[in-house]
Amino acid sequence: MAKIIGAVGTSHIPAIGGAIHKGVQNDPYWQPFFGGFPPVQQWLGQERPDVVVMFYNDHGLNFFLDKMPTFAVGAAPQYLSADEGWGIPAQPPVPGCQDLSWHLIEALTEREFDVVTCQEMLLDHAGTLPLKLLWPEGDGQGGWPVEIVPVCINTVQFPLPKPGRVYALGRAIGEAVAAWQSDKRVLFVGSGGLSHQLDGKRAGHINKGFDLQFLDSMVSNPEWATRYTNHELVELVGTQGVELLMWLAMRGALVAAGPGVREVHRNYHIPISNTATAVLALTT
Amino acid sequence: MLPEIEGTTPFDSTMARRGYALNKMCFSFNHQANREAFRADPEAYMRQYGLTPQQADAIRSGQVLAMLEAGGNAYYLAKFAGIFGLDMQDIGAQQTGMTKTEFQAKLVAANFQ
Repeated sequence: MAKIIGAVGTSHIPAIGGAIHKGVQNDPYWQPFFGGFPPVQQWLGQERPDVVVMFYNDHGLNFFLDKMPTFAVGAAPQYLSADEGWGIPAQPPVPGCQDLSWHLIEALTEREFDVVTCQEMLLDHAGTLPLKLLWPEGDGQGGWPVEIVPVCINTVQFPLPKPGRVYALGRAIGEAVAAWQSDKRVLFVGSGGLSHQLDGKRAGHINKGFDLQFLDSMVSNPEWATRYTNHELVELVGTQGVELLMWLAMRGALVAAGPGVREVHRNYHIPISNTATAVLALTT
Repeated sequence: MLPEIEGTTPFDSTMARRGYALNKMCFSFNHQANREAFRADPEAYMRQYGLTPQQADAIRSGQVLAMLEAGGNAYYLAKFAGIFGLDMQDIGAQQTGMTKTEFQAKLVAANFQ
């Protein structure tokens, strides 16, 4: 059976890619963010996952409003990125794990999560930056050390899937991974958040108190945030802060690894761009 | 009806219907060639995508709040902003009526909530 090694939640912001490209990770503005990652990188170096199931939200690169899936699972042999409109350099292709993709698609459909399947899928910064943050040298000559299965959750157009439903999707994926006939080691990643709002007169909204409580809940009370509707979450954490749905899916998936979740490392920093950023690594 | 959130318009069915042409144009800016075509002749490019008069005025004004009112979605509008090299703090400052320095200070102040 496959082995679940843990889960990581992290923020994603296009400017992070720009900072990596310019090599300014140690500048005073950036260091409090990038400085949160070495302990997580070290842990991953010991645990050596083979596959990442990446919960992320597309920002209008792969999906447009003509066809907007609520849940979409990648089943591609590789995932290409693009400049997304800002001239940022595209990342090298990320290899896909098609065996796990189709195993998940079949298991999810059996559990009545009727997902959209994608044999071609452009991966935007929300899908590529976590890899770059967790394996900074991973896009070098040796190639990425992991294969991925991207799971895209709609945060573009309301109605968004309910927080409890997203958590249940994560649980179903975790259980499917735990039952996967494979010797692969699997990591779950939730990419998004925490509180931030890009649009409207309330742009720049940040809710530190909620964020810190949410991070605590990820360790010991993972269903805590499912008590809120998405409308309430938008009010609390901002129009894009609702991306914390990705963390709920990631944490739901970790349930299948068994009880006794413990924290490997966390970092929380305000602000990068308009965002309250966080990284949190969990294992059992 | 859901309670209103101050200074915030969730991108719901009303906005998705209203903003379709504008968002479709902004989605096209994923491609460098399309960004260059817009720069070369904005009016022709907007006609090509069938923008409403409200949407075209909003684009001409460069005002993000007007683009949102016309149905623009933040994720797609960000690609329009990219054409002008604006970052999210520039956009935040414009929408809140602050200078960029003031907006950055507001963000940093969130540390002391």
